[in-house]
Amino acid sequence: MNPAGFSEQVRRAWAIARKDIRIYYIKGPVLIFGIFMPVFLFLAFLMGSRQLPLAFLVSGLVGMALFFTATAVSPAIFPWEGQAKTLERLASCPITVEAIVFGDMIASTLFGIGITLITVIIGLALGLPLLHAITLGTGILLAACCFSAIGMLLAVPPTNTPSNIMMLSSLIKFPMVFISGIFIPLEQMPPWGLALAAFSPLTYFTDIVRYSFTGTNYFPVPGDVAALILFTIVLTAGTMYLHKRTMPKRM
Amino acid sequence: MSEAIEVTDLTKIFGTTVAVDHISFSVKEGEIFGFLGPNGAGKTTTTRMLTGVIPPDSGSALILDHDIQHQPVMAKQGFGVVPETSNAYADLTAWQNLMLMGDLYGLPHAHASDRASDLLKTLGLLERRDQKVQAYSKGMKQRLILAMALLHKPGLLFLDEPTSGLDVQSSQMILSLLRDLSQEGTTIFLTTHNMEEANRLCNRIAIIRSGKIVALDAPEKLKAAIDRLHRIEVSFDRDIPANGLARLPGVVHVDRTGDKWQITVEDRDLVIRSLVTFSQQQGAVIVTLNTLAPSLDDAFLRLTREVPP
Repeated sequence: MNPAGFSEQVRRAWAIARKDIRIYYIKGPVLIFGIFMPVFLFLAFLMGSRQLPLAFLVSGLVGMALFFTATAVSPAIFPWEGQAKTLERLASCPITVEAIVFGDMIASTLFGIGITLITVIIGLALGLPLLHAITLGTGILLAACCFSAIGMLLAVPPTNTPSNIMMLSSLIKFPMVFISGIFIPLEQMPPWGLALAAFSPLTYFTDIVRYSFTGTNYFPVPGDVAALILFTIVLTAGTMYLHKRTMPKRM
Repeated sequence: MSEAIEVTDLTKIFGTTVAVDHISFSVKEGEIFGFLGPNGAGKTTTTRMLTGVIPPDSGSALILDHDIQHQPVMAKQGFGVVPETSNAYADLTAWQNLMLMGDLYGLPHAHASDRASDLLKTLGLLERRDQKVQAYSKGMKQRLILAMALLHKPGLLFLDEPTSGLDVQSSQMILSLLRDLSQEGTTIFLTTHNMEEANRLCNRIAIIRSGKIVALDAPEKLKAAIDRLHRIEVSFDRDIPANGLARLPGVVHVDRTGDKWQITVEDRDLVIRSLVTFSQQQGAVIVTLNTLAPSLDDAFLRLTREVPP
């Protein structure tokens, strides 16, 4: 066994993910927040925007559900663990910072996928046809990885006060929802809005979900998939690099 | 005997404060090495650099032949850490914490389970293995932390104040386990404020003050080295003249406290012989005669005393 080898570090990252799921995710309030938050936002827009078709709004619901759940807990894990000194234990264990971050990302990816599947079922229960299941599955997997990387990126500032990170997290997450074509179709956006939307990975995921339920899309689907892959790689590499730099400042 | 820890010019600076100032020392395999110093002297910062928690600003540390900065995973695989504050996951049970450690050290599950059961039994926690750590007492948490650090049978163990604030039973259990580990060949790096603990356990002790190592030797040598003067405490069955005692050869200073005389001397043997003769001349009987060797506390206080500006 080479403790520093790639496969061994992935195995240890999986141990971190199982720990996260057990401690942070399988908790009543977290699960309830994960489901209720996007549902209530969806209902608010359903009542306020009666001219938008149900398929459009359900697609937005799926996009929001994945985005909010995959970024709900992960930004606060490092501050929580820094506060409880458990991060110091992890730092003295034979696991790299990259593997710890990857483990946190796995947990948030799985949580995001689990909750999002519920919203997909809600969509099907409302009578929407699922036209492209494989595309939707691929999109959910890629976007879950991408959003969990965003969640971890939000945890980069080396504070051990979770409320600071959650405030920063809300400041970034909510504007992203509004520029990503969830409530305003991309077709109706002004050029500056479209330019902003292009920088949000949520835009491409929402486009994939819309294509999966309605068969219509703004960007070509391979382009959406490529954009999500690119965002995932860049954000994952960025968050790992930055956490490696800031980790000692938390101790 | 090779070195388990080899520190060269290790330095850490926080802002304008030099927390650890170019320290160098080594710890031999199988040794119990005490690391003492007053609060803020740089003990914890040094331990954190040695365990790879924070990087040094300059210098290097070889831990079990691996550079902690360049091969951190390989170095960390070989040691265990017991910090002063319990850092087990409070929301997990003792068993789940141990299994997590097993996974993080790459132990096969069956091996980790057997080892965890043995350690919990040794440390008196087996019956509480499925209880969440948040319900544990401080002593139980500290014993669990020790079990977590020992799960992978490390060749080197870092301990930061392992018995601080613990009840006698937990302290004795931990100290006894440390002695057993040392006999089995485990190297122990012990940071402590407890002089008695350091005196009894350690083969060698380093004393750090203001980020610099001011002494490094065996406890007895440290005690002997701090002062060329010794003290003798003597009491007689009747009053004797103070100036008679002060004139004895080798006596530097005489103090009376209650019915006892405290005599500061340069040569203990010479003064004891003179005292016997003196008591006979005075027709007095020596009731008690004690040589007061400097304690490790004395050595510590002397060595860590701040030099006035």
